[in-house]
Amino acid sequence: MLQTDVLVIGAGAVGTAITRELAKYDLDVLCVDKNEDVGGDCSKSNSAIIHTGYDAAPGTLESQLVVAANPMYDQLTKDLDIPFERIGAILPALNEEQFEKLPSIKEKAFKNRVYDIEYRTKEQLLAMEPELSPEVLGGLYIPRESIIDPFLLVVAMAENAVMNGARFLLSTEVIGMEKENGKVTVVHTTAGDIQAKYVVNAAGLHCDDIAEMVGKNDYYVNPRKGQFYILDNNTSCKVNHIVLPIPTKLTKGKLMCPTIHGNMLVGPTAEDLTDKTDKAITAEGLASIKADVEKLIPGVQLRDTITQYAGLRANRNPEGLNIDVYDDIANYVNLSGVRSTGLTASVSIGTYVVEMLKSIGLALTFKENFITKRRGIPLFRELSRAEQDELIRENPLYGNIVCRCETVTEGQIVDAIHSVIPARSMDAIKRRVRAGMGRCQGGFCGPKVIEIIARELGVDAESVCKRNKEAYMIASKVK
Amino acid sequence: MLIVERDNHPGGILQQCIHPGFGLKLFKKELTGPEYYTEFVKEAKELGVEFLFDTMVLELADNTLICANGQYGITEVEAGAVVLAMGCRERTRANISIPGTRPAGVYTAGAAQRLMNRQNRMVGKKAVILGSGDIGMIMARRLSLEGAEVVCVVEIMNYLAGLKRNKVQCLDDFGIPLMLSHTVTEIVGKDRVEGVKVAQVDANRRPIPETEQFIECDTLLLSVGLIPENELSRGAKLQMHPVTGGPVVDENMQTTAAGVFAAGNVVHVNDLVDNVSAESATAGRSAARYAKGELKASDTLDVTVGNNVRYVCPAKFSPERGGKVDFYFRVLAPVAGKVEIIARDGDTVLARRVAPYVNPGEMEHLSPDVTGARSLTIEVKEV
Repeated sequence: MLQTDVLVIGAGAVGTAITRELAKYDLDVLCVDKNEDVGGDCSKSNSAIIHTGYDAAPGTLESQLVVAANPMYDQLTKDLDIPFERIGAILPALNEEQFEKLPSIKEKAFKNRVYDIEYRTKEQLLAMEPELSPEVLGGLYIPRESIIDPFLLVVAMAENAVMNGARFLLSTEVIGMEKENGKVTVVHTTAGDIQAKYVVNAAGLHCDDIAEMVGKNDYYVNPRKGQFYILDNNTSCKVNHIVLPIPTKLTKGKLMCPTIHGNMLVGPTAEDLTDKTDKAITAEGLASIKADVEKLIPGVQLRDTITQYAGLRANRNPEGLNIDVYDDIANYVNLSGVRSTGLTASVSIGTYVVEMLKSIGLALTFKENFITKRRGIPLFRELSRAEQDELIRENPLYGNIVCRCETVTEGQIVDAIHSVIPARSMDAIKRRVRAGMGRCQGGFCGPKVIEIIARELGVDAESVCKRNKEAYMIASKVK
Repeated sequence: MLIVERDNHPGGILQQCIHPGFGLKLFKKELTGPEYYTEFVKEAKELGVEFLFDTMVLELADNTLICANGQYGITEVEAGAVVLAMGCRERTRANISIPGTRPAGVYTAGAAQRLMNRQNRMVGKKAVILGSGDIGMIMARRLSLEGAEVVCVVEIMNYLAGLKRNKVQCLDDFGIPLMLSHTVTEIVGKDRVEGVKVAQVDANRRPIPETEQFIECDTLLLSVGLIPENELSRGAKLQMHPVTGGPVVDENMQTTAAGVFAAGNVVHVNDLVDNVSAESATAGRSAARYAKGELKASDTLDVTVGNNVRYVCPAKFSPERGGKVDFYFRVLAPVAGKVEIIARDGDTVLARRVAPYVNPGEMEHLSPDVTGARSLTIEVKEV
């Protein structure tokens, strides 16, 4: 039976952040996830924004953790070699009613200790964002709202955790837990039983299912779907900031912002569902994005879309971010209500959960030799010609461009397949090095990537999958 | 002469076009894709053309190519003249925003064709094909020949997108139904495609909900149009044509940058490779003349797009250089009966031809003499 000091269930942004934080101590840490790669659900399909927490409900744990997390990203992204940019957000008021809401939004931001939110005039806003609706009356500027590569954030945290001795067990679903004398004793998974001194439930969308296994499901997860458009990086109408609508009572609304790789992101919808697997995009959803975002950015060219996707926010009912320990389960921490702010809050949740574990008896001794720096796979496209040349001379595979839309080389793909958290599926490679992320959506590079994966892993092309093993790419050989 | 090619072999997309039907116009015989390009490769080699394979051009500026190659690193190639021949790419499910999940098993027809014909991989066992473009119909036949079931070809327009002969040879001969005025309204499947929903569309191409039906399949192939691939051209700030998506060229296939020429699907999407070869020969000849300082610079006029014409290529011509120019174009809407295709300078008819029918899927052609013309309009009229 596998044994560990701490078992973290879920390898999304939150689970990997907790695992990495625990890897700073002399502990055996194991993180399991049902998906074939880290960052498998909510962490991979969201708006890729690192929030300030200006609009959180003041006084809540969510506000505390989001606000605390934002400043952590400057150092973290440097240490872990993740693209991150503080581009700032603007919140333009398009009519009198919205304009009148600005003071209360600012007041709420102050309550959340976000003091760098500022008023901007119509002229200032239009100078900052020329594509903004000319009907703008004025608005707010929130400089520390930032964009990140959410895939690389999760991969980098997981890899850094592994560099420091943590283990990940993927394609491993938790199917049950045994309790004895007020403690979780054994965790049953599809890959066998695990004995853990402490167990952390960071299962996000499925945290209620895990909680139910220990009888702590006094809440349920109500998936809230968000659909998005990604636009070609050569679309004619671009914005430089995160352009947010003034929220209504019902919804935070739909935004437009650049992605860290130069595309435009437009969305999301907010649709309450019951099915935790429903990530379908719908004609109605896309139409509602168009209608709403055109009010903010009238020139938006949604026909330049290169992909559309949907993600599920793990909304909790009753609402709120909760991190709980229980008198009657001495070695268990339960996280719930980690929703759209979860990507941002992941890093502070990491440190917070370690403190919670300490409070229930986990002995913490700092590791003398914790490695803080992790180097990512070079982003060939972003390098200077001289750097590209050097890279090719070191490894000729970097001279073979496989994905022509995003200029991704065979060297990057092979490196991703053999990286600390190996990319074994088409999607895992796409998330790490962007092969297939461009305007042809893998039409050209997909067939080549299938062969590269098969070759590097020494398997048949028939076992190469888009994600998990049911998502096979190739049915058979041509006879 | 140097050909810089990102693939490890010459021939481009023709390498995966193992079906016959090429060369009917140019060679007066039916060749496969590989047979067709082999003729040209042979000739090029005899003429001393060099090939640089496995090399991607990252950038084009002032007739200098910046290339990436595993052996040579980042290399610059300076040229007296450059011909762009990067071809085109396929429109994707995202380009047409098909609702539904995002499972494995949704392929563009060309990607599936590459997998089957160059990599020996079957993409699926039971397929629906969206779009009646030529590649889609050819793949319907190819899949059938290899034992897969092709349930149907679904086309949103009320007419065929590709060539009529492909419908006869690839669909009719294999009993594959073509559903005109229908579209895929949803892709279903958690991990791999489990089926698609198909519905009839109204006159505005909007799905009619009550006609929606579920079709079980494990594969959806998309043949929903091609887009000239012009990353380099845009980087080089060439003027782009709003309709074709390719660079604007004159009768010598010269782009708006002096010494940069373009030919083939990178300029506008063709349906017959024979036309591409003819156009490419013009580009090659002009590039050679430019490099030798023999190509006269001249003012150009824009071709006017007349009745029922979507675009004309070349879009510019020089009345001063004059001569007979081959203009290729597509109609906007199909006409089942006889039409007259006219090239005129004001009221003066420069060339005319009667065609039995026209269809947007089939490129039309006219060769007026434009010497001294003050304008040029190309139009299609029902007779």
